[in-house]
Amino acid sequence: MTLRDLKPGQTGRVTAVGAEGAMKRRIMDMGVTPGVEIRVIKTAPLGDPIEVNVRGYELSLRKDEAARIRIEQ
Amino acid sequence: MSITIALAGNPNCGKTTLFNEITGARQHVGNWPGVTVERKDGIYKKNREVTIVDLPGIYSLSPYSAEEIVARDYIIKEKPDAVINIVDGTSIERNLYLTLQIMETRIPMVVAINMMDEVEAKGDRVDCQKLSRILGVPVIPVAARTGKGLKELMEAAVSTAENRQKSREPESFDEKLVSAISSVAHALGDGDPEENRWKAIKLLENDEIIQRTVPSDKWAAVEDLVKAANKAAGGDAEAGIADSRYQYIAKLVKECVEKSQKGRQETRSDKLDKILTNRILALPIFAGIMYLLFACTFSENFLFIPDLPSPGVYLAGIVEEVWGAVADGLIGAAEGLGASEWAVGLVASCLDGIGAVFGFLPLVLVLFLLMSFLEDSGYMARVAFVMDRIFRHFGLSGRSFIPMLMGFGCSVPALMASRTLESEKDRKITMMITPFMSCGAKLPIYAMFAATLFAGTNQTMVVFSIYMLGIAVAILGALILNRFFFKSETSNFIMELPRYRIPTVKSVVIHGWEKVKGFAVKAGTVIFASTVLIWFLSNFNFSGMCGMEESLLASVGNGIKWIFAPLGFGDWRASVGVVTGWIAKENIVATFGQLFGNVSEETIEAVMAGEEALPAITEVFSRVSAYSYMAFNLLCMPCFAAVGAMKREYGSWKWTLRAVGFQMATAYVVALLINIVGNLL
Repeated sequence: MTLRDLKPGQTGRVTAVGAEGAMKRRIMDMGVTPGVEIRVIKTAPLGDPIEVNVRGYELSLRKDEAARIRIEQ
Repeated sequence: MSITIALAGNPNCGKTTLFNEITGARQHVGNWPGVTVERKDGIYKKNREVTIVDLPGIYSLSPYSAEEIVARDYIIKEKPDAVINIVDGTSIERNLYLTLQIMETRIPMVVAINMMDEVEAKGDRVDCQKLSRILGVPVIPVAARTGKGLKELMEAAVSTAENRQKSREPESFDEKLVSAISSVAHALGDGDPEENRWKAIKLLENDEIIQRTVPSDKWAAVEDLVKAANKAAGGDAEAGIADSRYQYIAKLVKECVEKSQKGRQETRSDKLDKILTNRILALPIFAGIMYLLFACTFSENFLFIPDLPSPGVYLAGIVEEVWGAVADGLIGAAEGLGASEWAVGLVASCLDGIGAVFGFLPLVLVLFLLMSFLEDSGYMARVAFVMDRIFRHFGLSGRSFIPMLMGFGCSVPALMASRTLESEKDRKITMMITPFMSCGAKLPIYAMFAATLFAGTNQTMVVFSIYMLGIAVAILGALILNRFFFKSETSNFIMELPRYRIPTVKSVVIHGWEKVKGFAVKAGTVIFASTVLIWFLSNFNFSGMCGMEESLLASVGNGIKWIFAPLGFGDWRASVGVVTGWIAKENIVATFGQLFGNVSEETIEAVMAGEEALPAITEVFSRVSAYSYMAFNLLCMPCFAAVGAMKREYGSWKWTLRAVGFQMATAYVVALLINIVGNLL
């Protein structure tokens, strides 16, 4: 499953980052690396992007980007 | 001995507050060469030998954004005497990621753990001494907002700089990676061994910019080694490197940070965010805040109370009045001294030029006091969060909403507001399309045509359709620019949502002042020079001073009118109108008043308000060509003040001219289409 499949309030552990190039580097630079715990906080009022908590801070990313982050619950 | 210290840190880590605290008002703001990234320099207020360079806020030294490239080029190439790395103590894990990357460059550095007051309030503890022992660089706890610890920080930074005490390579990589780094660095051959090690790390991270710096004769060997390292790391050394940095950080945090037992408690910021980005309330609150932002700056009926000027309009009125009195006094004095007509005219035009700059200052000031409040409080990031869904379809960021909204008031502060966009591509595109939002000064033009040529029809709809045309062209323009001119740059939305904080008065005021000063100085020269030039052209010909009908400008109008013939208004007076419109768009009406029958000033005022018609213009304009003319003036180069603002924000003539070229071409094509289609109907 991917981060996109989590509902607000649910937590998962990142297993792999499937994105490529600059996007992948950005995702990893922001602390989303394999093994880290990630919690979905909410969805934006218009349905996208989402807000997650990772490494003690809040990060927002689009659902398309979340779909590239594989997680296990 | 003079020394240079650079400040580096994540966005929202309190870097700007710290910079303001240690430099006071001694700041110089400009752009980094070739990019729309702001560069701030200042002098340490307790030691004038120490120059402080505020690097842009960044999360990493990878070449993801113009900010990151600027910051790392500065550290690697300019080599400041020391770097102060500011770490937000409340999200220490992500912040230390940049710390490790700066250490990899081996630049002398000091780490400042900021927001210690908030950390302690949460009940957490950071053992700075232990962290310093493990990292091998000084680590100083500070609270920039209260100034606590800044003296110790600066002492540590100055002594580190004076001793040229290099930071040591962090122990974040495992044996496999360390040996891969060593072998790649060795393959790079001669040159500074430390720099080669840094380059080796970047090459293992697939850094395209560093790849291009590898000499061609070394490339084959380097590529093989990188491939081998990738294989050893399970196919992905880049991920391995990021991962091992974060694993090392996890160890550091375990050793040095004591998290309070209170656990995950809801903070005030969390509670506020639940309201501000609530599914139902978010959009009304957003609309309300945006209305206030616009109304405080531009509204003449503030909060819907008739004739109550907003702070921006009120201040602009005062400036206009004071400047008018000063100008009248000076012109009177010139006349009193017996100056000739042209000398008085020159004085008057220079005063107009300066007045044009002054007139915008209140708008810039008020808008930026409010904008920096939104920025510092953390709401600006939520603007993007809320609006992203809509704006991504046009290839823009949700934050483009603010410059575009402000564009309906005045392009000058609107263009300057583009500074808050996160990506350089978004900044550049937004600046190109913001002037398509019809500003207040363009309304008198529409009023004139509506009253004269569209009398008896739904005039409101005519004017409204022009506004809609501007929005439609802006959207289309953004799509075209994205598709064809910025196609290599990816757009994504991986963004921190910082915690809400109450901004300090000092940082809001310094920010507002900076913008006003920057506009007056950088844009002022462009505005002043061009205003005086157009004055000269419209009042002189080769035999001396004359009326506008015989002026050089009239000759220019006659010379260029053929260009506009396909648009439906190939007339010299219409051409002159376009040119005088660049001083200020509402000038077009006054110019027409003068050139079509020399009507009185009262009539011109009434025409501007849409209360009276200017029948003489029907000599030249039909309904179709009037519409085409309105569209052309809406979309073509904005007034010189806006061009000056563009020049300041782009920081280069190259990009300013590209933007103006894009706007001129767009205006021409759209007006041409209107004329062709309109005449077919």
